[in-house]
Parts: sequence; structure tokens; C-alpha cells
Amino acid sequence: MTPHRDLIVNALLTPEIVRELSAQKWDLLIRQGRRTNLLARLANVLTQQGLLENVPIATRHHLTSAVLVAERQSIALRWEVECIRRALAYAGIKPILLKGAAYVMAGLEAARGRTFSDVDIIVPKKLLGETESALMIHGWQGSHHDKYDQRYYRRWMHEIPPMRHVKRGTTIDVHHTILPETARLTVNPAALLAAIVPVKDFADLYVLQPTDMLLHSATHLFHEGDFESSLRDLFDLDCLFRQFSALPDFSETLALRAATLGLSRPLYYAVRYTTLILDTPVPEVVRSEASLGKPSALISWVMDICYLNALRPVHSSTNSFSAWLARFALYIRSHWIRMPFPLLAYHLGRKAFIRPKSYDIEKSVADADLKA
Amino acid sequence: MKISELPRIELANLLHRGELLLKLPPFVTRLKTNVPSLIRDFAVMYADFEVSSIDAFADFHVEIASEPGLWRWLKPQVRFFFDGRPSFIPLPTVQAFAMLEWGLNWCVAAHSHQYLIIHAAVLEKNGKAAILPAPPGSGKSTLCAGLVMRGWRLLSDELALYDMTTGEIFGMSRPINLKNRSIGIIKQFAPDAVLTDSVPDTTKGTVALLRPPTQSAVRVREPVRASWIVLPKYTPNMLPLLEPHSKARTFMLIAEQSFNYDIHGENGFEAVGNLVDQCACYQYTYSQLDDAVRTFEELCSGKIT
Repeated sequence: MTPHRDLIVNALLTPEIVRELSAQKWDLLIRQGRRTNLLARLANVLTQQGLLENVPIATRHHLTSAVLVAERQSIALRWEVECIRRALAYAGIKPILLKGAAYVMAGLEAARGRTFSDVDIIVPKKLLGETESALMIHGWQGSHHDKYDQRYYRRWMHEIPPMRHVKRGTTIDVHHTILPETARLTVNPAALLAAIVPVKDFADLYVLQPTDMLLHSATHLFHEGDFESSLRDLFDLDCLFRQFSALPDFSETLALRAATLGLSRPLYYAVRYTTLILDTPVPEVVRSEASLGKPSALISWVMDICYLNALRPVHSSTNSFSAWLARFALYIRSHWIRMPFPLLAYHLGRKAFIRPKSYDIEKSVADADLKA
Repeated sequence: MKISELPRIELANLLHRGELLLKLPPFVTRLKTNVPSLIRDFAVMYADFEVSSIDAFADFHVEIASEPGLWRWLKPQVRFFFDGRPSFIPLPTVQAFAMLEWGLNWCVAAHSHQYLIIHAAVLEKNGKAAILPAPPGSGKSTLCAGLVMRGWRLLSDELALYDMTTGEIFGMSRPINLKNRSIGIIKQFAPDAVLTDSVPDTTKGTVALLRPPTQSAVRVREPVRASWIVLPKYTPNMLPLLEPHSKARTFMLIAEQSFNYDIHGENGFEAVGNLVDQCACYQYTYSQLDDAVRTFEELCSGKIT
């Protein structure tokens, strides 16, 4: 099965093609890059290859603008992480950074040119309450005040409702495991949290070890029902494979680690679709061992059709019935694997028929502030 | 080719098909719309603007479309699409042209970090230029419109595009957004001014847009170097007063009124510093446009230093 290769993917994999692009192709490339949040990454690739200078000036401005925004976000993210670190240090909690924040703080290639919408951290479940109150004391405010939503998050999900800093407007997602507690796959969070590594130059800030970081990234992408940033996430996986494969023992232990954590299936998908769509040089040992997580022939055939369509850039230029159908099917699947059917039916019914009471929580909290 | 040289039916067809590439130097915008009132306003307001060839690179792809569904008979609304994605909440159809203008401002401010983008009007006369940065309500657009109707060249009413390496400022010479009482004031001050219909009940009150003079549109590619930064302050029943404004305060004002100052970091700091250094900085309190025209004339002829 060979995927259709869209312009943005083509340009990132074989940057030489930009020498030959017409103005209209550039127009399409910039739009696809902007929509998939891959513009800054494209700019970095072109710079590395010495090709940026040849880009027509009007077009180049969009690339350099994207780099400026990404660099600024990287600085802002470091500051945000520092604020979180300080807030939790008072309570003696050592947060473990996930996803984008982890890539930045660990100095990984995947962070270059990446943009962020929030910071994700994970703490042991028993520290969840303390973490939440430490964050509240330092200005983060909870969201989703509806009683049902609270229960949805706290009883069934892998994270508490997102918290937003009152002054900076930044969002933090506090996780205690990496998949909903109700999900089909059962993860072993204790094993995950037992193997963390400190961030260089910090005594109280951690990231997951390389194998787990990649597995988490895969788990996140292949449980997701929203495909807005999925191509970017696939490129993250590509970066992680490329960089970590050079580490001693990484390739040899990855599949075993996936089995220990209960994440063999997401690893299979990660290997399958990075190699298929992005020609990622995944080492042979990883390829063969990852096939342990391969589903039955029928399911893997269906999943190939779904993911090869769904992981195309979400942009008007790639709109097609097949992409829509694939994303819809995977959206249904994401709910299906998120919780058992009776619970899902209850949840969807509840969401469909009962409107949340709308009361202005922002206001009441602001009033409380004034009185205090 | 200019918009005014296109037969109306062809303009409408191009806009329907999304094949109109409007030159808004230094940018090109690709426009699509099926809203008749918008096409009418657009043809008038952008009459002197150039069209680009269909196969050119467009910086922004913009569409304003009527909201489908039964509601359109009762409460017609339009929505703004940026490159195919709905952005902002829908607005009543009568606000379509204003929505296009606000949407274009957003496109530029959110994506064009090759410039330091300052929320300010920019005007030029005899090769010398003034920047009018101002928070809303200071009468910036009214003053800008008044001066433009008395021979100043319009670079911009909203967005000053400051090239941080050359120190040059570009505008797009787009229509001036007049609000509430200033619509009547400008109509009275310059009876030959071409305005869109006044649209009541927008988020900014009643708005109307003023067509830029042909000379401004023709010279849109010429950047300026700023000589003055003037902070306008409309105060009813006050005698006109042009007084020096401290460089430090002006610096802070420019930084505050910049959309992407934070993104430029140290370069942005240096750039604002250089801009403020090269300009004479004033605060101008006024209540009558005639006074303002006189004051700016004196500024221009060097009577005020």
C-alpha cells in the first residue's frame, strides 16, 4: 500500500523539490504547512539544506515568520515550565514533563520549529490532589466546573480538567497516567513513573526515558480522534525514531518495553505509519519486533486504509470523501477504545440530551478575589 | 489591471470563483465571496487597486460566505474563512465589508512578522511622514481621515508595517474605518469623501469605511521614513495643543500598540528605540479637524520644531 504524498510531506522529505516550484505550488505549500503547523519545521529543513536563500522573497517571509513564532514559543514554554517547577517545588512535587514540553526541555530535535498550545505533566495518582492545590495556590484555575464533567475527568480520564493560569492565560494538563482509566488498553503507570530521567541542569524536573517518550507519543497519536495536528505528531515520531535510534540499547529494548507497559499496539502503528508515510529509517530490529503488536490481517488492512487517509494534511486542498470517512471512522474508534460501550453510550447520551448549566464561573471567582 | 477597469460582471464572477487576486502591497490576497453587497462595496472601495494574475503567489486566502440554512431568510449572516477554515463568529450580512477589513487586518497582524506591526495610522506629505499610534477612542481614524481629505497621502489607518532592517514603513493604503460620530464629522468636513453605507450595531458601534484617495492607492508601493510620532487625543471643546511627549513614554506606547513586539524580542526593542530616536514625538489634543489640518501643515512646513 503506497500513500498519496502531499506537497508538504514531499517538501519535508525531499527539500530539493523547492528549487522547481511554481508560484502556485508555493502558494499551496505555504498553506498546507501553515495548517499542519509544519511551516517552521520546513523552514529549518530548508535552512539546513542551504535552500532557504533560493525561496522567492514573499514566500520566504512566511517561512521566517513561522520560525520567529516558534522560537518565541520555545522561550515562553521554558518560562512556563519554570513557573510550574517553582509552584510544585514548594509542595515537594517533582513533575514529569510530557510531549512538547519534554521535547524542548530535553533539547530534542522534535522540539525545533514546534509550536505548543499547553504544557502536559504527569504525576503519580496519589499526588494528584496536592499537585492541583499547589497549582491553584500559584494562580492556576480549574476548568469544566459542570458536575458531570468533573466526574467524567476525575473518575474516568487519565488527567484532571485542564487548568489555566489567571494572569498568563497558559494552560496545563495534569495527567496521572497516559490513557483513560476506562480505555481498552491497560497501561502500567507505575512502571512508567519508575523509569524517569532528570532534565539536564534541573534537580526537580523529569522526562520519560527515551523508549517511554516515544511510546507515549505513539499512544497519544493512535488514540486520538482529532486529526488537526496528527501529521505534525507523526513527524514528532519520525524525529524521535531518528534521534533515539542512535542511543545504545534503545532499538533492542523498545518492543520489550512496549510489551511491559501494555503498548505494543501503538508501537506497531507508529512503526507502520512513520515508515510508510515518512520513510522513517526505523532500525530492522524495531520493525520486526514491533510486528508483535500487529492486529489481525483484516483489522490491519482497515487501519491502513484509515490512517493513510486520515494522516494527510487537514486542509481544503486534500478534502476528499475518503479522508472524511477515514477520520470519521477513527473518531468513532477513538471513543470506542476510550471506554466500554455501556459507559460510552451513557456519556454520549448525557452529552447529547443534557445541556450543562451555564453559570459564569469566571465572574464568581473574580468576585471572590476582590473580597479576599 | 485595476479593479475599476474590470467590468462589474467579471469582477463578480472572479469573486464567486475565488479567483480574484488583489494586490495589497507588500501582500497579495486571494478573495472569494458570494455576498452581493460585499461585491458592490468592494468594487467601490478598492477601485484603484491592482489585480494580480491568477497564477501568482497569494499571502492570504480569504473568503466571506453567506451562512447557509433556513436562518438566512430571517437573519442573514456571513462568515469569514481563512484558507478554508471558518474564523471568528458570523456577523449580520450588512457588516460583510467591515468584516472583510477586520479579517484582513488579522491576516496581516497574525502572520507577517517580517515587520514590526504597529497599531497606528501613517500619513505622508512632501516626503515627510507622521505615525499616529493610539488606543481606541483617541480619534486617530477621524484625524487620519481629515488629513487624508486635505492632501496627505494615506499609508494606513490601522497597521504600520515597520521594516526593522531598513527603517522604512509600509501601509496598504486600505479604506479608513470610521466609527460613530466621526462618520458625520467627515461627511461634513469633506463632502466629496466616498463612504460605504453606515452599518449600525457592530461591535465597534456604527461603522462606515472611507475610500482611500486615488493618489494614495497609486503610490501604495512607496514606503516612508517617519519624522514624527503624534499621539492624538480628541477632547471636546479644547483648543488645539501640540506638546512634546517624552521619548520614554512614546517608546512604551509604540511597544504596547505593536501586535508582534513580543515575537521580535531584542530586535523589536532595538527597532522601537531607533524609530522613537529618529522621530520628534508629540501629543496632540484637538477638538476641530480644521485646527488639526493647520497644525499638521505647520509641522510639515517646519514652522514647528
